[in-house]
Amino acid sequence: MEEDIDTRKINNSFLRDHSYATEADIISTVEFNHTGELLATGDKGGRVVIFQREQESKNQLHRRGEYNVYSTFQSHEPEFDYLKSLEIEEKINKIRWLPQQNAAYFLLSTNDKTVKLWKVSERDKRPEGYNLKDEDGRLRDPATITTLRVPVLRPMDLMVEATPRRVFANAHTYHINSISVNSDYETYMSADDLRINLWNFEITNQSFNIVDIKPANMEELTEVITAAEFHPLHCNTFVYSSSKGTIRLCDMRASALCDRHTKFFEEPEDPSNRSFFSEIISSISDVKFSHSGRYIMTRDYLTVKVWDLNMENRPIETYQVHDYLRSKLCSLYENDCIFDKFECVWNGSDSVIMTGSYNNFFRMFDRNTKRDVTLEASRENSKPRAILKPRKVCVGGKRRKDEISVDSLDFSKKILHTAWHPSENIIAVAATNNLYIFQDKVN
Amino acid sequence: MFARGIKRKCFDGEEDIEGTLAGFKSVPSYNLQRQSLLDMSLVKLQLCHMLVEPNLCRSVLIANTVRQIQEEMTQDGTWQVINAQNTGQASLDRLVSSDILCRSTKEQGEGKLVPSYSSFSKDFEDIQSQDIISDLSTVASVQAPRNPQSNVWEMENPQENRGNFQKSLDQIFETLENKNPNSVEDLFSDVDNSYYDLDTVLTGMMSNTKMGHCDVLESFSSQTTTNSNSNCKSDINELDHIVEILVES
Repeated sequence: MEEDIDTRKINNSFLRDHSYATEADIISTVEFNHTGELLATGDKGGRVVIFQREQESKNQLHRRGEYNVYSTFQSHEPEFDYLKSLEIEEKINKIRWLPQQNAAYFLLSTNDKTVKLWKVSERDKRPEGYNLKDEDGRLRDPATITTLRVPVLRPMDLMVEATPRRVFANAHTYHINSISVNSDYETYMSADDLRINLWNFEITNQSFNIVDIKPANMEELTEVITAAEFHPLHCNTFVYSSSKGTIRLCDMRASALCDRHTKFFEEPEDPSNRSFFSEIISSISDVKFSHSGRYIMTRDYLTVKVWDLNMENRPIETYQVHDYLRSKLCSLYENDCIFDKFECVWNGSDSVIMTGSYNNFFRMFDRNTKRDVTLEASRENSKPRAILKPRKVCVGGKRRKDEISVDSLDFSKKILHTAWHPSENIIAVAATNNLYIFQDKVN
Repeated sequence: MFARGIKRKCFDGEEDIEGTLAGFKSVPSYNLQRQSLLDMSLVKLQLCHMLVEPNLCRSVLIANTVRQIQEEMTQDGTWQVINAQNTGQASLDRLVSSDILCRSTKEQGEGKLVPSYSSFSKDFEDIQSQDIISDLSTVASVQAPRNPQSNVWEMENPQENRGNFQKSLDQIFETLENKNPNSVEDLFSDVDNSYYDLDTVLTGMMSNTKMGHCDVLESFSSQTTTNSNSNCKSDINELDHIVEILVES
């Protein structure tokens, strides 16, 4: 199959639409659905907020479809594990949409321990004219009923309801870091630090364990699973990444327990760059298949790498996200920033990749032109509908006018979660408790 | 900053002191840097946020870093050198801090090894017992000339330093696993008593009773009873947990 190569360059002129302040809560995950019509965010308080894109109307041609709040619901509540005397956070770690099969929308949301399937549906009609109860719902005295009528459906204000349809609990001892819907649309997997389980959407009291890297002696534990994803097209294939910078591709047809990988991706270490922090910065925080299924992208602390599934010994592309941090690793270890888990995303045509950084910066890399850009998601530095200005971090001695020096970067402002519309150049960037949506300017 | 952990060549005492003195004003020596990284890592491992389960990935990465430093220090021979170089006040302070963190069991007495094993699994027990016997004999030999005032590092056998160091690390992971020999595992294969004994272990590490030479052997033999007690207790908690799940469903 020949791959469509998108030859458009990155358009640096991004318009800023809105910044949605999701009240006081830190956004922990962002995800577009398969059509891009809906955008879901999860936050630390266990809430899910779904935005819907406005239908473009004929009257307002100049106004691109903007995203408005569509539904808000509490997905997870804080829990207490009595056995371990520890709290279970309600923070939503991941949201994944199911492909739409009827009028309702379905998504999976997960915290550290429990995955839930939510149904989001619209109601815009309600029945009126009941016989046995009046409009307020109070029961009518049967003696007062003299005629019978047929209830009719009358239009009402649109109401969006979210209902939990399935709860998949008690299957993970460790913290769930990933969920991934299979291309068969019947199963999905959930991965924690040491195990990966396969679920059927219809069955909540059972799951298959397909990967288990827990050693018999916990003393021997030196590696954990950091992310996992199903292949977008082949329902038997999935990958998972580890804290040692390796990726394993597994085929579920080979055996029930996929402890032995089919492919093993690892880049040999550069001996000149070796330090005590080498292993920590090689830990992979995110792994994503390309839409085509031919490549995987991994994010470690300082770089983004693109791997060809057919070549295991090294990535085909490596992009430096913020190499100027290499000399600051000790401080970043001290303040724990070195353990930040950045995510990475592909654009719809797999030609551009995007990932976040510090100081509310995020970076885009064009795989074809090899050009990259650094942009900032902040209210102070961009007016509404203004084109975003590329930013630059200065590493040397002399700082130019618009540059920012490494020492003035704000490490508390980190962009860990971003999303790219499946077919258009619309991106969602989560900056702590603010969500930014940017669109490509079209003349 | 030590972005590069350059492997040092065969250690040369003269060179090192000079290097240290010369570099003292500008850049800390590699050994000092490495030591402070070690101390920092140990603090990170100990300071778990006990309200919520600590991040396992982070703990594993820090523990691997600590092991790496430990290996390098062992290869360098600096592990023993620190014992000899007991002079500088600065180094003593640093050593004391890490001492408090991972060797507080030692300060109280010779029985440090034994109480910290109150929570290990049954299978592990067999392997451990051999280690304990060998370590006990080492301890016994160091007993006699013990001077409580002197620097702990100096008194101990370097071999044992590493051994106990490793065990401190291991304890942290030990608490993540407390295999129950009963068949509850059949019902819920993923139910894990991971953090059940964390409090016990941490308490054990911080405040051990002083044990004499004979007490060490006695407590070793009484380990099985300690284990069975903890097993009973975890059984009851298992039952509670099962009941809770059944009631909820």
